Amino acid sequence: MRDGVRMICFGRVLGVMVGMVGMFGMAVPTGRAVADDPAEHYGIPQVKYINEQVAKGWDESRLLPSPAATDGEWCRRVHLDLIGRIPSIDELRSFLADTSPTKKAELVSRLLGDDYVDEYARHWTDVWTTVLIGRDVTNDRVNRAGMRQYLRRAFSKNMPYDRFMEELVTAAGVNANRRELDGFNGATNFLSGKMEEMGVENGVQATAKTAQIFLGLQVQCTQCHNHPFNKGKQNQFWELNAFFRQTRALRKRGGTDDVQWVELVDEDFAGEGGNPEEAELYYELRNGLMKVAYPVFVDGTEISKSGYLPAVMDDGTAYGVHRRKQLAALIKASPSFPQAIVNRTWGHFLGHGFTKPIDDLGEHNPPSHPELLEGLAERFRETSFDLKELARWLVLSHPYALSSRSTAANKNDDPSLGERPKFTHFYLRQMQAEELYESLLTATEADRAARGEEAAKKKDAWLSQFVIAFGTDEGDDATTFNGSIPQVLMMFNGDMIKNATGTGQGGFLDRVASSSMSNAAKIETLYMAALARKPARAELTVANQMVAARKGDVISALQDVWWAVLNSNEFIIKH
Amino acid sequence: MSCSIELPAGMSRRHFINHLAGAAALVSPATAFTNSILANATDMKKRHKAAIMLWMGGGPSSMDIWDLKPGAPTGGPFKPISTSADGVTVCEHMPLMAKQMHHMAVVRSMSTREADHMRGRYYMHTGYVPNPNVEHPSYGAVIAHELADQVPGLEIPPFVSVGSGSVGPGFLGMTWAPFVVDSNGNVRNLDMGVDPARLAQRMEMLATIEKRFIGERRGASADDHAKVLDKTVKLMTSPQMEAFKVMKEPAEAQERYGKTGFGRGCLMARRLVEMGVPFVEVDLGGWDNHANIFPTLQNQKLPELDKAMSALVEDLADRGMLDDTVVMWMGEFSRTPNINGGGGRDHWARSWSVVVGGGGFKRGVVVGETSSDGKEVVSEAYSSQDLMASVLKSLGVSLETTFTAKNGRPMKIANSGKVIKELFA
Repeated sequence: MRDGVRMICFGRVLGVMVGMVGMFGMAVPTGRAVADDPAEHYGIPQVKYINEQVAKGWDESRLLPSPAATDGEWCRRVHLDLIGRIPSIDELRSFLADTSPTKKAELVSRLLGDDYVDEYARHWTDVWTTVLIGRDVTNDRVNRAGMRQYLRRAFSKNMPYDRFMEELVTAAGVNANRRELDGFNGATNFLSGKMEEMGVENGVQATAKTAQIFLGLQVQCTQCHNHPFNKGKQNQFWELNAFFRQTRALRKRGGTDDVQWVELVDEDFAGEGGNPEEAELYYELRNGLMKVAYPVFVDGTEISKSGYLPAVMDDGTAYGVHRRKQLAALIKASPSFPQAIVNRTWGHFLGHGFTKPIDDLGEHNPPSHPELLEGLAERFRETSFDLKELARWLVLSHPYALSSRSTAANKNDDPSLGERPKFTHFYLRQMQAEELYESLLTATEADRAARGEEAAKKKDAWLSQFVIAFGTDEGDDATTFNGSIPQVLMMFNGDMIKNATGTGQGGFLDRVASSSMSNAAKIETLYMAALARKPARAELTVANQMVAARKGDVISALQDVWWAVLNSNEFIIKH
Repeated sequence: MSCSIELPAGMSRRHFINHLAGAAALVSPATAFTNSILANATDMKKRHKAAIMLWMGGGPSSMDIWDLKPGAPTGGPFKPISTSADGVTVCEHMPLMAKQMHHMAVVRSMSTREADHMRGRYYMHTGYVPNPNVEHPSYGAVIAHELADQVPGLEIPPFVSVGSGSVGPGFLGMTWAPFVVDSNGNVRNLDMGVDPARLAQRMEMLATIEKRFIGERRGASADDHAKVLDKTVKLMTSPQMEAFKVMKEPAEAQERYGKTGFGRGCLMARRLVEMGVPFVEVDLGGWDNHANIFPTLQNQKLPELDKAMSALVEDLADRGMLDDTVVMWMGEFSRTPNINGGGGRDHWARSWSVVVGGGGFKRGVVVGETSSDGKEVVSEAYSSQDLMASVLKSLGVSLETTFTAKNGRPMKIANSGKVIKELFA
């Protein structure tokens, strides 16, 4: 049925629907709300394509999109999603004052351009650190500073995504940047902590995470058995795993008891049968039988069975194969590779991916917009895997510009109720802990004196209060930064909020309080800084009462207003 | 009193709380649920029913603890010992629990299909396999939801998780989310350091902002936030927070439970249940023993488990709480009967054991049987939903209870699991 509907052209569907009105007595949408031109695509064909595809879904499900978000709301969300923090008051005011019809495209170009390159890199380093190595800081085979250093460099120069994947999947070298060591390669941290479990060095986690992140393929279950409801077979897992068998993560203790760094190396793999010409591994079936596996990619492509690394014999004959390099090439050629990143990126910007979870693609979990997912993936490959371009298309699209307020014509489009997303309005989601941290610094105009790794470590320490480890060998973790009581307690009373609401001389509140502005303007400043809007009348009334009750102690009244603003749902929720 | 906030003269604590209730008054319950007439007839209100889940993260090898196979090639080195329950044996490295087995029941016929950590964790906590379209409530959320109103004055969240964080409330909403604490009972950031009048003013300002945003119909997370605010304020000012202060227990008790994270967690669970908390989950990780399983169990995991679990069961029994308090022991799955090349066992869900006791459960029995090598259940096999249904029955919760998920779909409690009949007299 789904496929059938997709094959009929757009106009035809509308025609059929109009024909059904009499039959069912339903109101049929005759056109979309045109508050600002919904078809605006800034001359970017990919944006036009997204708008058309998403609108097609609205028509098919007879939903109307919400009106556009206010400029303040849009400005706030695009800062949060592209550079990981809310806009400063100056950034906000200059956007609001701009009357150009293309000001959104211009702001996006600025945020993706040279002026913001450090902040862009910092934000995407945060995002990808969590994707690649999680939030758990206890794995001694991972050097988080090294990982971040690599990611900052990659995102600063907008490294093409295929190159990025190749460097992570094939990385070799030392994982920590230490003065006394040669061969530092921060990219090794993606795999350095995933090669060994409980003393068994077989790359099981490396296999699972590589497939999950770069192919949207969940293979971890098939390590032990055929998957109960997708096509995953146990042999597939181990054949993929075979690509990692030349790789070793050597723990280096540097004369101490603790692991100080890890060196990721490739070595000739003799195979578990001792014949490097056909270097095999064995895995155990549920019934106890052992089976053999050689490197075979998930689509069935076989590579050489040789366990030797590439080399040339005296007579000039070349032999051997670099299994991880072969794997990277196969991933790059796979249609799943761009689809997985498009789905992840769509989820980042639009609040829900085309599938849930975003890294589980396949026939068992059909996407909400299959044509759009495939079409965007192809277009992403055509731009040579340019992540900034992909981001630009998504944030300039019509669905991204919509208000988060639902209307009578789309209130049933709510993925949190288990419905497939239609993107008729912007879906609420809570800021990530990293985004909150940076936003508080921005809102309070904090001096970002600490930079680079020093700042990152401080942030890590703060973040660690929310991390819960599950006690498995796979390092699974979760966060209490999820709207539950511990998070609210932190926002009520934590050190971070005490600093942000501090009244010390020269601090944000002090500067606002001691300025020549009227009290109403001071309160408005707080609202603009945190919420990107002016206070409503009811809010101003309560705030003014507080100022009056303090009998001239304006700063302490402002402090309470500021505390409330920063603690509000509106502040912590991207909307 | 644990909180440092001084109340202004003439203002009772209850009155003060009322001042702060603004944010919560804005929202109505996100989920509707219907109870059958049968359930309403049960007399739960006068008694404080509760459940304590001992969660063994990583997947404990139950055939090395509760269902030993001495002499079998898969059996491993541990020997069974007899216990205080006739005909029930446990591992020789569980000598203290052996003395408490007359209070407990071992179900040796669990058979499940989820052998991935996160999937198994979800399945064993909710009775449902993961589904991309709906998030199901875990044991703690379901039991807290069903039992919370039996102690009307409870200010501690009704679902406390010590250590692991448990699995969330799903469609029941953030009101029923686990309150996660560490095993020392430290709750961070409890003190605002301002006087109550000022706190009340701040809350009024905050409620004004929240109300406006909620009124704009942007989605459920806006309402959820307001509800959690209210609970947080109650917590900050509650003398019941004493229950978390496990270090105030006599040294003898701390020693008996073991001076380990899990020991303190079990001791805290007892204190919380005494305060009226209906559900506490205590986590003991480190069971993912792919290598060197036997020394790890013998020297580390089993002694820690044995001390804490036995002290908890003994205390509950001594204090007359066991009839109203269910204790359950489980992990996401178990481990392979075959011992691998690294001297470990891998993931295995097909045939394994859980332990329950207290509440309405029959005591001192073994339910079900596995084959001589431990690879098959040879009696009737039971699932996660069967276990959940049994736990709910033993707490007096009606299995006719139906939740309405956010999408309007009715959801039978415990996924319509069937009660394990041998667990009831």
